[in-house]
Amino acid sequence: MWEYTDKLKDHFFNPRNVGEIENPDGVGEVGSLACGDALKLTFKLDEEGRIRDAKFKTFGCASAIATSSVLTEMIKGKTLDEAAEVTNKDIANYLGGLPVQKMHCSVMGREALEAAIENYRSGGKKKHELEGRVVCNCFGVTENEIERVIRENNLTTVEQVTNYCKAGGGCGGCQGDIEKIIEKLQGDKVKEIPAAATRRVGKLTNIQKIQLIQQTINEQIRPALRAHGGNIELIDVEGDKVIVAFRGMCAQCMLAEFTMKDLVEARLREFVSDRLFVEEDKDSASQPHNHRG
Amino acid sequence: MKTVYFDNNATTKVAEEVLEEIKPLFCELYGNPSSMHTFGGQIGRRIRKAREQVARLLGCEPAEIIFTSGGTESDNAAIKGTLAAAPDRRKVITTRVEHPAVLTACRELANHGYTVVELVVDKEGRLDLADLEEKLDDDTALVTIMYANNETGVIFPVDKIAELVTGRGVVFHTDAVQAVGKIPLDLSKSNIDLLSLSGHKLHAPKGVGVLYVRKGTRLAPFMVGGHQEAGKRAGTENVPGIVGLGKACELAAENIEEENDRVKFLRDKLESTLLQKCPGSRLNGDKDNRLPNTTNISFEYIEGEAILLMLDKYGICASSGSACTSGSLEPSHVLRAMGVPFTAAHGSVRFSLSRYNTEQEVDYTIEKMPPIVDKLRRLSPFVSA
Repeated sequence: MWEYTDKLKDHFFNPRNVGEIENPDGVGEVGSLACGDALKLTFKLDEEGRIRDAKFKTFGCASAIATSSVLTEMIKGKTLDEAAEVTNKDIANYLGGLPVQKMHCSVMGREALEAAIENYRSGGKKKHELEGRVVCNCFGVTENEIERVIRENNLTTVEQVTNYCKAGGGCGGCQGDIEKIIEKLQGDKVKEIPAAATRRVGKLTNIQKIQLIQQTINEQIRPALRAHGGNIELIDVEGDKVIVAFRGMCAQCMLAEFTMKDLVEARLREFVSDRLFVEEDKDSASQPHNHRG
Repeated sequence: MKTVYFDNNATTKVAEEVLEEIKPLFCELYGNPSSMHTFGGQIGRRIRKAREQVARLLGCEPAEIIFTSGGTESDNAAIKGTLAAAPDRRKVITTRVEHPAVLTACRELANHGYTVVELVVDKEGRLDLADLEEKLDDDTALVTIMYANNETGVIFPVDKIAELVTGRGVVFHTDAVQAVGKIPLDLSKSNIDLLSLSGHKLHAPKGVGVLYVRKGTRLAPFMVGGHQEAGKRAGTENVPGIVGLGKACELAAENIEEENDRVKFLRDKLESTLLQKCPGSRLNGDKDNRLPNTTNISFEYIEGEAILLMLDKYGICASSGSACTSGSLEPSHVLRAMGVPFTAAHGSVRFSLSRYNTEQEVDYTIEKMPPIVDKLRRLSPFVSA
């Protein structure tokens, strides 16, 4: 059971400002049924350009409903410039905190607000669209969005990014990519985090190395890929070059080049040797799967 | 506030009779059944009795009962023990809707060179036996298919499946954790080789279970380091758990039919009224071949965790296949395998009853549920006013 604050429970059981404003000045719609939560925010401005009224409709869990409710409370009376300053952190803080796995609800609130402001400023024409390169295909999260949650919430791990915007929570194929984005933005901070040194065996014979690579693929890599109908096969090891082939969904994935290879390489370096690099064997991917025990 | 407990597929109350039976085993009769002295040795008799009680409920011989720590251990032991005893066969057949104890164990096998076939189900959650027959071959070491589904209550035709599978010389295991104690089963008239059950699902304490191993079934020992359970499962016996499970099985055997009629009546009343009173509701799973205590209803365009929290406010306990309840981002694998659309999968609620539920509790829930659904639908952007 989740640890929800009393404030959150209050806003869940007694949500404020439910509904849709007729002839609104701005409309923001984010999320979808497939994702498990969605929010439609509408607002109306007064003569001075302040938000006179804001209403919401939300499909989602208790924290999704509560964050939507407080969002409408928070933005009332604000000018659009002031409202645009509201971050997901502000929303979460207003509720006295959210369980970490539910932080994405606060991000959804902020996204809907932005979409609604954008909609108003474009004269009611512009609907919310994804901007920039899509990193997480499962939940449709872009690089811009990931960078933003990292910056605003000072995130340093992939798991945190998943909690805040869902990216990486489906097949896990983009986790390597997310790691790179974190590193790009947080550089030094990532290294500051004290982490136990990876325990690695000393010098390996070739056979031991190949066995360890196979084991790492089996235990650390394949489960993540299989979760979304993908698979990976170890084709060959030549010195420090590891040749693999992606199967199933992964083989057809346009992003395989960026994400799969990075994920595999990162794991192999963690568990086997820093020197390893991965190459994808594209030829065998088109061949029928032959079982290699 | 009174608790209305409709989550009996998750766990059950320990029966008062069971508690009475095991109370003296903590501070008075705490001996080790393996000891030479009378003080310890007398405990052996109680374990023997429990073994007989379980065997009577299942319609098997006491020697075919191995006590374990629960359903998950039994499932793991059955799967891994069978494969270890048949090293030349490399294929396992299961279904997409198994409990994670089976599904995860099987999927892990794929990493060790096994071919794992996951049979699909139709939109009612039913299997196609012709599909199973087609997949069976000489390389198949094990078929493991659950007796009844924990989320939907759908019962598979396990006796028929066992006949088909064992007829081809393949070992058949069933995870019967949700079935035992809820529906009568008779292993003397079945070809099931291995069967898992869990104590806390039938009013015994948590931490005890059984793996039934049909005489003549080859199974590698899964816990070594002692002679207990005929060398199959080493480790000092969980005496209170085992004795409690024995008593719980005795109670189940005595009351199963009468209780099931009553539980089924309550379930049906709850189900049909909710389906009728709540807009956008639909039943998940085969209506006819189902456990008498389980109903799984989807409420479209609203989300399960929100429903559960509102029910919780009234003291009503249920569960949901929604992603948000588990902390994962995807909804129930069982409902997705049945092709339940996202619109409904996120809003599924399971009510599972037991003999301790009353009609008053059902009426109370029938009264509370429709306003909850109504309130959440008014919040939902996918429902037009």
